[in-house]
Amino acid sequence: MAERVLMKGNEAIAEAAIRAGCRHYFGYPITPQTEIAAYMAKKMPKIGGVFLQAESEIASINMVYGASAAGMRVMTSSSSPGISLKAEGLSYLAGSDIPAFVVNVQRGGPGLGGIQPSQADYFQATKGGGHGDYRMIVLAPASVQEMASLTIKGFDLADKYNMTAMILADGTIGQMMEPITFEDEEIRQYDKPWALTGHEGKRPHNVVNSLYLKPEELERKNFERYERYKLVEENEAMWEEYMMEDAEYCVVAFGIASRVAKNAVVAAREKGIKVGLIRPITLWPFPKKVLEQAAEKVRGFVCVELSMGQMIEDVRLATNCKRHVGLVCRSGGMVPSPDEVLAGIENAVKGVY
Amino acid sequence: MKTTQILIAGFGGQGILFAGKFLAYKGLKEDLQVSWLPSYGPEMRGGTANCNIILSDTPVGSPIITTPDVLVVMNLPSLQKYVDTVAPGGQIYVDSTLIQEKVTRTDVEVFYVPATQLAREAGAGSLANMVLVGNLLQNHPELSFNGVDNVVNSMVPPKKAAMVELNMKVLTIGREYGR
Amino acid sequence: MAVVFDKPKSLADLPLHYCPGCPHGIIHRLVAEALDELGIEGKAIGIAPVGCAVMAYDYFTCDMIESAHGRAPAVATGIKRCRPDNIVFTYQGDGDLASIGMAETVHAAARNENITIIFVNNAIYGMTGGQMAPTTLPGQVTQTSPYGRDVNQCGWPIRVSEMLATLEGPEYITRVAVNNVKNVMNAKKAIKKAFQNQVEGKGFSLVEVISACPTNWGMTPEQALKWVDSDMLPYYPMGVYKDRSAAKEAK
Repeated sequence: MAERVLMKGNEAIAEAAIRAGCRHYFGYPITPQTEIAAYMAKKMPKIGGVFLQAESEIASINMVYGASAAGMRVMTSSSSPGISLKAEGLSYLAGSDIPAFVVNVQRGGPGLGGIQPSQADYFQATKGGGHGDYRMIVLAPASVQEMASLTIKGFDLADKYNMTAMILADGTIGQMMEPITFEDEEIRQYDKPWALTGHEGKRPHNVVNSLYLKPEELERKNFERYERYKLVEENEAMWEEYMMEDAEYCVVAFGIASRVAKNAVVAAREKGIKVGLIRPITLWPFPKKVLEQAAEKVRGFVCVELSMGQMIEDVRLATNCKRHVGLVCRSGGMVPSPDEVLAGIENAVKGVY
Repeated sequence: MKTTQILIAGFGGQGILFAGKFLAYKGLKEDLQVSWLPSYGPEMRGGTANCNIILSDTPVGSPIITTPDVLVVMNLPSLQKYVDTVAPGGQIYVDSTLIQEKVTRTDVEVFYVPATQLAREAGAGSLANMVLVGNLLQNHPELSFNGVDNVVNSMVPPKKAAMVELNMKVLTIGREYGR
Repeated sequence: MAVVFDKPKSLADLPLHYCPGCPHGIIHRLVAEALDELGIEGKAIGIAPVGCAVMAYDYFTCDMIESAHGRAPAVATGIKRCRPDNIVFTYQGDGDLASIGMAETVHAAARNENITIIFVNNAIYGMTGGQMAPTTLPGQVTQTSPYGRDVNQCGWPIRVSEMLATLEGPEYITRVAVNNVKNVMNAKKAIKKAFQNQVEGKGFSLVEVISACPTNWGMTPEQALKWVDSDMLPYYPMGVYKDRSAAKEAK
């Protein structure tokens, strides 16, 4: 077995990206994710890759757009305000149907907000952010090991479906160190016949484009894109179930909130409350089925979020509002304590939502 | 099942994060489950710094410590801020060179270690953090003192090789103190 | 019978959508001729802007990509850094390059990215129907400067070539025009050189082409070409503003 090493979550992303075959990184400094850029700046020149600090987040996502169009595995990373600036590029990537890998190590918002951990970009990541009809695959790691494994997975999904895969992490997971092992994984290569390589007179010219002035044509493109998205929804949802076998109550949380929630679930079990946890690993596609099934057997849900309550809307939709959904939330960079989550679970048991 | 939650706090520049990293690496070497979470951002530069280390023989849940079993403090504001959060029966390590105040709680074990003075006397004024760590190791058999040299070696960059010996020296001083 | 005039291979055999009398067609042709003559069409990757030339991706027969407004130099950077052996160029207007995309332009130049930029300056936003551009002349009437550009209120037009030439980074910065045969011949030379520089790995080369917009200037094509001489060129003088290699040789 590979050696266990201690690594920061941000560094784990960078190392995993390199292992996934990414040789091009374009970024712009912002707390709390700058370790990714620093790691890339150190490593890329030594392995024949490119690290470039762009003049802005806007420029860096457009460099990603160019590099991806050229057929490369490429990434950028930022934190909340920087992702807002990248939203334009995310929309163009989606409109051109080309892959990209983007990391958001979230901090509190809105505006310049703060720099402490947050999950308040859930809406931005899963519902849009940029303009137009599009989706991104959104992966929510809850450990340093998952920062790495979901990075490798993200690059693969991006290439598989020609869309952007985003890691939606937070300042805590980005900054913390945990032991991690890197197994030698086989990295799948995908044909990219659409890539801009120079046609050398051997094929008609390739055009990477998102402009369709005829509405019929643009509509057809969007319909086609959503056919592909449907496949993603059917095949790629990921989640973890914890103590759900006999659960009468279900906590739903992702990322760092799920770690806190696990502590609370254990504490509640010690008090005799039959409670479990469903942790969405993909936020889009949202693991609707498992929640729909859980709604058949549990009496209530409790969402735990580092936001004013964003994922809770998807939980209500997935469960068709069949059960009450309580909310334990902190915002602006605050993290709920296990006791606060436990209180939320106890409220659900009392029927207080 | 045994889990130890350690909170180290002080000023930026006192090696708070390094001390925490050392404990995390030591835990890793002992095949424990480990998490290390630093405070981050502008407050790090000259302000207060702290880090959360969890060592466990089962997977670590939340890496954020609200009730530490062990508190290591290197300035007065940190003692005042965290003293009441320590779990009953827990331990507090105080750099008594820098903090004159005494802990009034009676349900915790308190170790007053003149770490800064001991480090200075050893010619390693900046390593008071590791004196405290050495003292902590004395009371934590799950981490043992064996193999600390390997950990120090792996943490000190080759350019600062001279620091390896100094670190070992102050760790030992810390271990011996109060014995 | 000998063919005396033909379409360049690098230009698709399509009707261009540009307005009557618009010099974009001439400039497209000059770019295509340069690609043909240097034999680099098969290696070329072009970046179309947002603006009148947005559909240039259909007109050039090399691989093409459509960029967001102003971001073409960043997109070009991404491509060129991945594929240094390809020839990467952008084709941008004044709103795109000198207003919304100024940061991308300046920084690509500062980094001396080995790319070629064709910058078409016609002192107005064409595609959106004739609004004030960063290059609109003082007093010039547009839809958004209906009383003439008031420099006290909206500032002065930007001389991009002069400004970029102050940077250490770029290799070659020049301004040409296409309002008469002589100027077109000069423009052709400059554009070809800007591509040749990239082939030789010399770095960032930008050709500012003073163009015209008869439709939005409210002139006949002929009047517009005369207005270039009488009003545009005095404010935007033609000339080579930076040529690092030539300067080195001269020493």
